[in-house]
Amino acid sequence: MENPKSIIKVEELQTSFYTHKGEIKAVDGVSFDVPSGKTLGIVGESGSGKSITSLSIMRLLEDPGKIKGGKITFNGEDLLAKSESNMRTIRGNRISMIFQEPMTSLNPVFTIGDQIAESYMIHEGLSKKQALRKALGMLELVGIPSPKDRLKAYPHELSGGMRQRAMIAIALACNPELLIADEPTTALDVTIQAQILRLINGLQEELGMSMMLITHDLGVVAETCDYVAVMYAGKIVEYADVDTLFKSPKHPYTVGLLQSLPRHDIDQDELNVIKGMVPRPDDLPEGCRFAPRCPFATRLCEEKLPSLDDIDDKNQVRCWIYNDQWDGPEVNVKDDYRTAQSD
Amino acid sequence: MFVYTIRRLIQTIPVIIGVTLVVFLMMHLIPGDPAQIMAGERADEVQVEQMRDRLGLNDPYYVQYASFISNAVQGDLGNSVRSGRAVSSEIGARFWVTVELAFYSTLLSIFIGLIAGIVSATRRNSLLDMFIMIFALFGLSMPNFWLGLMLIQYFALRIDWLPVSGWGSPEQLLLPVITLGTAGAAIIARMTRSSMLEVIHQDYIRTARAKGVPERYVIYKHALRNALIPVVTVVGLQFGVLLGGAVLTETVFAINGLGRFVVEAIRMRDFPIVQGSVLVLAMLFVFVNFLVDLSYRVLNKRIELD
Repeated sequence: MENPKSIIKVEELQTSFYTHKGEIKAVDGVSFDVPSGKTLGIVGESGSGKSITSLSIMRLLEDPGKIKGGKITFNGEDLLAKSESNMRTIRGNRISMIFQEPMTSLNPVFTIGDQIAESYMIHEGLSKKQALRKALGMLELVGIPSPKDRLKAYPHELSGGMRQRAMIAIALACNPELLIADEPTTALDVTIQAQILRLINGLQEELGMSMMLITHDLGVVAETCDYVAVMYAGKIVEYADVDTLFKSPKHPYTVGLLQSLPRHDIDQDELNVIKGMVPRPDDLPEGCRFAPRCPFATRLCEEKLPSLDDIDDKNQVRCWIYNDQWDGPEVNVKDDYRTAQSD
Repeated sequence: MFVYTIRRLIQTIPVIIGVTLVVFLMMHLIPGDPAQIMAGERADEVQVEQMRDRLGLNDPYYVQYASFISNAVQGDLGNSVRSGRAVSSEIGARFWVTVELAFYSTLLSIFIGLIAGIVSATRRNSLLDMFIMIFALFGLSMPNFWLGLMLIQYFALRIDWLPVSGWGSPEQLLLPVITLGTAGAAIIARMTRSSMLEVIHQDYIRTARAKGVPERYVIYKHALRNALIPVVTVVGLQFGVLLGGAVLTETVFAINGLGRFVVEAIRMRDFPIVQGSVLVLAMLFVFVNFLVDLSYRVLNKRIELD
């Protein structure tokens, strides 16, 4: 499966945290690419390494986190080879990021206007006055009412939704080629979530950006993404376009995630949940990382880690079931998941 | 901001009333009869009674307090028992010497403390950080009169660079200001370090970095501005400690300031002087903390009127 023109290509990215307890592999050999102008969703539970992946692309990891290996190519440029000062000219300019917590992601002691204007002053060398004028334009673009007053407002004077709009204004100020949105709606009310998603989608089309959307919410993925990578415990377990993933999911984890969504079309007494917990990153299973929670797991699964393979021209899956070496009975993961899990 | 200033100003009123009450009660709570003490040990009954009358000590307490306040407001803090001169004029000149000493010491401790704290925080766990923190611990633990004596011993006596005592010329300022400012610098350094370390892990610092803000600005603009808020509190409180420390520093360096004057007055049992000095110093402390409150508001827009 090859996408013709990609804005960013991540190959075998490995990011680890070096603590006194030893190395913790947060991201362990992750590869994907974001096709130009498209949206890639990265889905996973907390601790699956999805946020660390995005911080690795921005090269914003804090100690003791380090990129151990792999390659990140942005528009043909090797990001990991860039100097810190070169990287700064990319951040907030060509690659921007929106974070999860609008309440704490804005600096409380500077006005919204100052915080947006700063991008223009850094990347475009504008004077404060010119930058503020452009900041006003951004506030209008992200749909903040009475933008002139908001320019002089401090973050605490704005609601969560308005703050996230301001964050978006900061991120999009310099017209980035790639936007990384790390759970941009998780902290917001449901009604506001929809507004913000629509706003991001609309602006993406208007500005022709590519986007990486990090989320644990499959509903958000269905609404906004073109491609999806499902991450589990530091590795991608399934990669497909969004239609394929929802119609014919292949990996037991993906199936489990989809079936844990509440449904209204069938009578349900309780929600289906994936049994067990995400393994701790300092105590990963030897074989397939999902094996301890997988209803189909065999000895092979427990002993050897499967690779991420193309199984047809639409799906890439990291699962032994689709491999010639599979030692269990023949299964259809999607149909048999529920019965297998209740056994 | 204007309303805020007025509100804060009004809030100082109860404090000032409290201060005057305590100062007023000092006269009555000290062991012994003030009239007896003031009239002198060899005064007879009649003289003591006259003194008591003159001081108004036979009036009810509230009358005494009212006249104390009304006199104080008019700048009349009574007369020195020893010299007979007005307390206000005795205090006047010396007060400014102490204010000067405290002001320069505060400046020094802010300057050194901030730089050391920021350097320590941004190079956390480095050798430099360790060195600064050990140094700060020393600065904090050293009694300032001892530090003063050591400084005199070395810089004034051994290598003869700076004068042993006195106040006025820049060379004379140096040792007392270092003596008095060191502890404050140490406290501010430690406070700045921990405050910076906390702020540096906030989400908005990550946002600033994600925006491509150069690290220098991330630290000095985005982080420091937030980290300063708790530091300012410490500076305000430290000023009170400084006024106390000024007593010892002035004694060590034979500076004719208010601190040393008070100590002398206590020894001489010159109560009007003690009373007046305590009142003036307490007011100064209240005023400095009022300024601290105002600077809060400038630093942190989230502080509303409450």
